[in-house]
Amino acid sequence: MRHLRLFPDDTAIPFMRWRKFSFLFSGILSVLCFVAYFTFGMNTGIDFQGGTLMEIQTKAGPADLGDIRQKMNGLGLGEVQVQSFGAPENVLLRIVRQPGGDAEQVAVVGKVQAVFGDTVEYRRTEVVGPRVSGELAQNGIIGVLLALAGIMVYVWFRFEWQYSLGAVIATLHDIVLTIGLFAVLQLEFNLSSIAAILTIIGYSLNDTVVVYDRIREMRRKYKRMPLPAMLDLAINQTLTRTTNTALTTLIALLALYVFGGEVIRSFTFAMLFGVIVGTYSSIFIAAPVLIFLDPQLAGDKSEDEGEEAKAAPAKA
Amino acid sequence: MLYFSRWKVTAILLTIVVGLLVLVPNFLTADQLQKNWPNWLPGRQIVLGLDLQGGVYLLYEVDTADYQAKRLKGLENDVRIAMRQDPRIGYTGLTVSNGAVQLRVRDADKFAEAKKRLDGLVNPLSNALLGGTAVSEFQVEDAGEGLYRMSFTEEGLSQRLGKVVDQSIEVIRRRVDELGTTEPSIQRQSISRILVEAPGEKDPARLKDIIGRTAQLTFHLVDVNANLEDAVKGVLPPGTMLLNSRDTPPRPYVVEEAPLLTGEDLTDAQEAFQSQTNEPVVSFRLSTGGSRKFAQVTTENVNRPFAIVLDDEVISAPVIREPITQGSGQISGNFTVESANDLAVLLRAGALPARLGVVEERTVGPGLGADSIAAGQRAAVIGVVGVVVFMLASYGLFGLFANVALMVNIVLIFAVLTLLQATLTLPGIAGIVLTMGMAVDSNVLIYERIREEQRLGRSAITAIDTGFQRAFGTIVDANITTLIAAGVLFQLGSGPVRGFAVTLTVGILTTMFTAITFTRLVIAVWVRRTRPTAVPL
Repeated sequence: MRHLRLFPDDTAIPFMRWRKFSFLFSGILSVLCFVAYFTFGMNTGIDFQGGTLMEIQTKAGPADLGDIRQKMNGLGLGEVQVQSFGAPENVLLRIVRQPGGDAEQVAVVGKVQAVFGDTVEYRRTEVVGPRVSGELAQNGIIGVLLALAGIMVYVWFRFEWQYSLGAVIATLHDIVLTIGLFAVLQLEFNLSSIAAILTIIGYSLNDTVVVYDRIREMRRKYKRMPLPAMLDLAINQTLTRTTNTALTTLIALLALYVFGGEVIRSFTFAMLFGVIVGTYSSIFIAAPVLIFLDPQLAGDKSEDEGEEAKAAPAKA
Repeated sequence: MLYFSRWKVTAILLTIVVGLLVLVPNFLTADQLQKNWPNWLPGRQIVLGLDLQGGVYLLYEVDTADYQAKRLKGLENDVRIAMRQDPRIGYTGLTVSNGAVQLRVRDADKFAEAKKRLDGLVNPLSNALLGGTAVSEFQVEDAGEGLYRMSFTEEGLSQRLGKVVDQSIEVIRRRVDELGTTEPSIQRQSISRILVEAPGEKDPARLKDIIGRTAQLTFHLVDVNANLEDAVKGVLPPGTMLLNSRDTPPRPYVVEEAPLLTGEDLTDAQEAFQSQTNEPVVSFRLSTGGSRKFAQVTTENVNRPFAIVLDDEVISAPVIREPITQGSGQISGNFTVESANDLAVLLRAGALPARLGVVEERTVGPGLGADSIAAGQRAAVIGVVGVVVFMLASYGLFGLFANVALMVNIVLIFAVLTLLQATLTLPGIAGIVLTMGMAVDSNVLIYERIREEQRLGRSAITAIDTGFQRAFGTIVDANITTLIAAGVLFQLGSGPVRGFAVTLTVGILTTMFTAITFTRLVIAVWVRRTRPTAVPL
C-alpha cells in the first residue's frame, strides 16, 4: 500500500535562499499589524474593559434585532451592541461599562431582565467590574511575558543562547501577527484570546524546537558544513514531520471551529491562524534568524550561501 | 529499546486497565452508579465546569471602607465608655475623621490617665504567623495639648480584614447551604475577595440577594416623642437616629441608637404563619442572655413601639402589648412565603461582618451548557475521525498503531481528569481536541525518524530502535515548551481558561507516556511476531 506523502523523500528546498523575502514579508506584515493595532485598536471584550455581556434566546420564533435594539436603547445604558449569535433565536448583547463602580455594572443585568422578562431565556450573563477587568488585563500581559521568559530560559539551558533568542523572536512574530489578526478583523479580544495566544506560543515553539533539535544534531555531525546549508538540510529533513503535525492539528481545530459551537469560535479561529503562522515562522524565521545571531555558530564560511548550500548535503 | 521486561509490560497494561476502570463511571447515571457499580471500584465522575452544566460564578469583594467605618464607630463608643469610667475624664470633639477616632482631653492633669485608658483600647491581636508577637489593632497618636488620635495599624487592619473574609466565607456557606444549592464552592480569592460558584443554580438574582445582604438584625426602641419633620431635616434628639421602613414609599422612624438586641442574641429563626391572619412571619428564639434582656426591656416599655431593623431598614415596628418573657417572638411585615424563608435563612446564618460587593459575575443557563457539551462532543468525534483517517493514509499499519495509541491517550486523559477531579470546561474540551491533533506528533516524529534510518540502509529493527532513541529527546524538548505555556495559563487563568490549561497539561503528559511506552510496546510486539525485514513506512 502506498502511503500519502505530501513531499517526496529527498526534498532539498533552499529555504535559506528565501530568507530575505521571508524576513521582508514578515517585517512588512508585522509593521502592518502594528499599524492596524494603532488605527483600529483592539475590540477588547468585557473581560478587559469591564461591562456586561448577555446572551439571550427568544422563546417565540427568531429574534427581532431591531426591536431588541430599540428596547435596549430605551434603557439609557450608553452604547449597546446587539448582534445575532449562531441560531436566529440567539442574540448577544454587549453593554459598555457603566459610569460608577462595580455595583453599577451588576445592576445592568436586572435592568435588562426587567425589559425582556420571561419572553427570553437568559443563556449567559457575564459582568466584569472595572477593577477586576484591569487586573485581568494586567495578568494576561504578565502571563504572556512569563511564558516567553520561561521558554527562553528552557531553550537556553537545553541549547544555546542564540537558539533561545531565535525562538523568542519567532514567537514574538507569531504573537504580533495574531494580535494584528484580532485588530484587522476586530475579533473580540478576551480571556480566551489570551489562552489562544499562549497555546499558539506553545505550539509554535514545539515546532521551532523540533527544527532546532535537528540543527543541533547536524552541527555535531557535520562540523564543517556552512550554516545556511545546514539549516536547509535540517528543515528539509523535518519537513514532513512539520507539515504532518500541522495538518493533524489543523484537522482537529477545524472540527472545533466548524462544530464546536459559537462560544469558542473566535478562540478556535485564532488558534487555526496561529498554527499556520507558527509553522511558517519555525521554518522561515526561527531557523534563518540563527544566521544573523551568531557568525560563530555558523562556522568559518558562514556568510556564503547559494551554490555551496545546494552542494553541501551531497558532500556530507 | 525494543525489549520489554515482563513487569514493564504488566505495568503499562495495568495503567490502561486502571484508566478504563476510572473512566467507566462517567458513562453511568448517578443512579446506576449507586446500585450497580461495585463500591470498591473508583466511582467518581468528571466534574463539569459551570459553562457546561450551567450555574453561577460570583466574585465578591469585602467593602473595606465600610468595615473600617463600622469598626471605628465601635471604637468611638469604646473611647466614650472609657472616658466616662470613674474618675471621669472631661473631653470634647470625640469624632471619627480621616480614618481615625479623635478627641481632645480638657484637663491637662488627666492627659497621662487618658493616654493610659486609650492605650488599653489598642486591642492586641494574636499573630500566629509571626510566632506569637502580638500586633495591636490600633495605635494611639498623641498630637499634644490633649489631642489624641486612634487609627488602625497596617498589620492590625490587614489581620482584621483577613478574619472578616474568613468569617464572611463561613456566613455565606451557611446561607448557601440552607438554600439547598448543590455543591457550591466558596473560596477565598486574594486578600479581600471571595469566590462563590454554584453549579446548576437557576436563580442567580435570589442567590445574589441572599449572599449579598449583610443581615444585621437589631431591635431598637422607637422614640415616639421625636418630631418626625425635624428628624427628616436632620435635627435629631441626641442618641437617636433616623431609619426608613422597607415600604414604598418608605416611612421614617426615629429610633434609639443603641440596640436593645442584636442578631447575636438569636439562637434560631424559622418561617411560620401567624395563627389569626395566616400571614407568613418569621419566628425567632433568643439565647438565655437575650431573653433576659428582652424580658426586662419589654416589661419596662409596655405600650411603646420597638423597631425590628434589618440592615438599617425597619421591617416592622410592633407595639409591646405585654412583657415578653418566654424568649421567643415573631417578626411580621408583609412577607411572602419565600421572603419569610429567606429572612429566616439569613438570621440563622448570622450577619456578615462587612458589606460585600459583586465585582465579577458570570452565569450560564443550563440550556447553553447542554448545547456546549453537545457541540464539544460532536467536534471531538469529528476531529478524532479526521486525525485517524489522516494517520492511516500517511502511515498505514503504523498509522493504525498511532491511532490505537491515540485512543489509549484519550482514555488516559479522561481518567486522569476524573482522578484529579479537575473541572472540565468548554475550553477544556477544546484543549482535549487540540491535544488530539498534537498527540500524534510524537508518533509522527518517531515514524519519520525510522523512515530516515531505514533509508540510510539500516535493518528494520535497528531503524526502529534508533528512530525511537533519536525521537525521544526531541519529544521531551518540544513538549516541555508547551507545558511551560500551559503552566502559565493555569497560574493566571480563572474558571474556563484554567480548565483549558489543565486539560492541555494532562494531554501533553499522557501523550508523552503513550508515545514512549505504549506505542513502543505495540511496535515491539509487532516486530517479535512478524520479524520484518523492512518497516512499512
